[in-house]
Amino acid sequence: MPTDSTADDGFDWRSTASEEEVGLRDRLSELYQRSVREPALVAWSDIRTRAGIVILTGYIVMALVDVFGLWRDASPNQSSQRLLAPFVSLKYPLGTTQSGVDLLALIIDSTPFILLMVLAGGVWATSLAVLVGTVSGYKGGRVDTVITSISDFFMAIPGLPLVIVLAITLSPENPLLLGVVLTINYWAGLGRSIRSQVLSIREESYVEASRTMGTGTLRIIRKDVLPNIMPYVMVNFVLAARYTIFASVGLYFIGVLPYSGQNWGVTLNNAYSQGGLFTMQALHWLLVPIVAIVGLAFGLILLSQGMDRIFNPRVRTRFSGESESVEETDETTTGLM
Amino acid sequence: MNYYLRRTLRIPVTVLAVATLTFGLIRLLPGGPFTQLRIQLLQRGVPAEQVDARIQVLQNIRPDAPLWQQYIDYIAGVVQLDLGQSISLGEPVMGVLARALPWTVFLVVTSTILMFVIGVLIGALQAYWEGSRFDKIASGGSIFLMSVPYYIFAVLGLFFLAFQWGWFPTGNAAARSIDSGFTVAYIRTVLYHAALPIAAFTIGGIGSTALNMRGNSIQVLGEEFVEVARLRGLSDNRIATSYVAKNAILPMYTGLLLQVGFRLGGTVVLEQIFSYPGLGYYLIQAVNANDYPLMMGCFLVITVTLVIAVFVADLTYGLIDPRISAGDSNAY
Repeated sequence: MPTDSTADDGFDWRSTASEEEVGLRDRLSELYQRSVREPALVAWSDIRTRAGIVILTGYIVMALVDVFGLWRDASPNQSSQRLLAPFVSLKYPLGTTQSGVDLLALIIDSTPFILLMVLAGGVWATSLAVLVGTVSGYKGGRVDTVITSISDFFMAIPGLPLVIVLAITLSPENPLLLGVVLTINYWAGLGRSIRSQVLSIREESYVEASRTMGTGTLRIIRKDVLPNIMPYVMVNFVLAARYTIFASVGLYFIGVLPYSGQNWGVTLNNAYSQGGLFTMQALHWLLVPIVAIVGLAFGLILLSQGMDRIFNPRVRTRFSGESESVEETDETTTGLM
Repeated sequence: MNYYLRRTLRIPVTVLAVATLTFGLIRLLPGGPFTQLRIQLLQRGVPAEQVDARIQVLQNIRPDAPLWQQYIDYIAGVVQLDLGQSISLGEPVMGVLARALPWTVFLVVTSTILMFVIGVLIGALQAYWEGSRFDKIASGGSIFLMSVPYYIFAVLGLFFLAFQWGWFPTGNAAARSIDSGFTVAYIRTVLYHAALPIAAFTIGGIGSTALNMRGNSIQVLGEEFVEVARLRGLSDNRIATSYVAKNAILPMYTGLLLQVGFRLGGTVVLEQIFSYPGLGYYLIQAVNANDYPLMMGCFLVITVTLVIAVFVADLTYGLIDPRISAGDSNAY
């Protein structure tokens, strides 16, 4: 993710000196250094990013386990013991539900679905927001007024109720479609905050220079504006992904999204509605899906907290040992919900 | 044109647009609610004219009229505050919503204010003692709070505090035995019933508010005008409140507007968990009972509430920050 955006920054004071002599091999190794190794090292040096990457890798492993069928599928009455406590039997490490379903199998079964949905929601919300925010912020004038009015309208609709009404009409069961439906108006608010960032960038002298040289709007947005807002965009991509999990699980939990199989929200709903609230013996039935949700969100948040460092050029130069005086700026995030 | 006038004129336009959207969702989407209801009734052997008459009573829409006629009828109904008849409850939708709206507004306003105040205080203290142990623990706590959705706090609170230990009620907005009115007993039962939902909704938002405030304050503390204020020998209290806090909170204000929208939508899940009789609760009831007039009414009223909330916030923001009413940017 972070690698492609930094790869073609294009402008580097070193490259002007010896452009001719550099062979393809050197250039490739330079590209690898600049866009793969350094970001990875910077990311790894921060404990928050490291923890975030480890947690997210865990979820991807879970998804792979399900895809390759390495753990049994969840089915009712697969265990003769009902409401078996977790960490008691090696056969059912996380215990079983009221109807004897292996909880670990339940959690693993729905991981690919959740990850796909989260990815779809994050990509849809952020890319639309970036498009809307940069164009309206940079172009200004009438284009800005029109786009702002449209996003104002979408901001005026509370997300979850709209999703509920749409879910009734569309019944989205495909994870990708569901991700898009869940973040159907998330882009509006994010687009507005990106717009206000672009508003200050458009007054910078290098943007003005590009404009005077007659560079096209799209090229200015791509080359001059986007690199500046990339850290903010990546952080908000993660937050949009978090919103997608929270919204989907919440709506599955209260039973308004259509579902065919089990997933974390449905498990939570079953535990909640089939008497899980009344007895301490059923506590793990509630807690296991909760831990799955919180863990994924926690991994994402840690990653977003540390991601600032990958994009912050001052931190990167310090890492390659060129500059000592570095002031760390703290990332301000718009946390929603 | 004047900023305030322009802002005020936008409300009816937005409400009209939302009403149009509701109309579109009811009528136009394939397999939309009323198409389904019509097919259901027809399959039960009800004659077509009777079905049409029934739907007209329910939603002020004549299914046999041309589309523009239906649209005008629907909008006229909305303007007269007539949202049709609830199927499951057998009373006008507007009556149900008028009862539910105050509870939702109460939940959202109280919890949002609490969240903002507590979050700002924690964030300011963190920035003041930057790098201390308190700062590190609070930052870690905030990051953790950000990754727990508010309904998890609600479920856990309900499980332990209400069902297991019986300290709090498990549902409803007030005890049935006490008559509603402006009495001490009634206010006490209302607060008692609202305590858990408000607490869950507040805790869920504190983390991000505190982190934001911390970041903003640290940034402001490094500004030159703060240094100048120190050199002028102003008291620490004055610097903390009118120089740092004011400038750190200002950028969070626009974020708060967005938050109100998300929180208003979030009441759907919250009220369902606590069986709290607000707009979100009735929305889910309506969805489960296929009560389409009530469902669309809830949707419309939640949206209008948000439009008004954002309007009020925008007006106050204009008072705090004069730049907002300065006007548009040049076109490139």
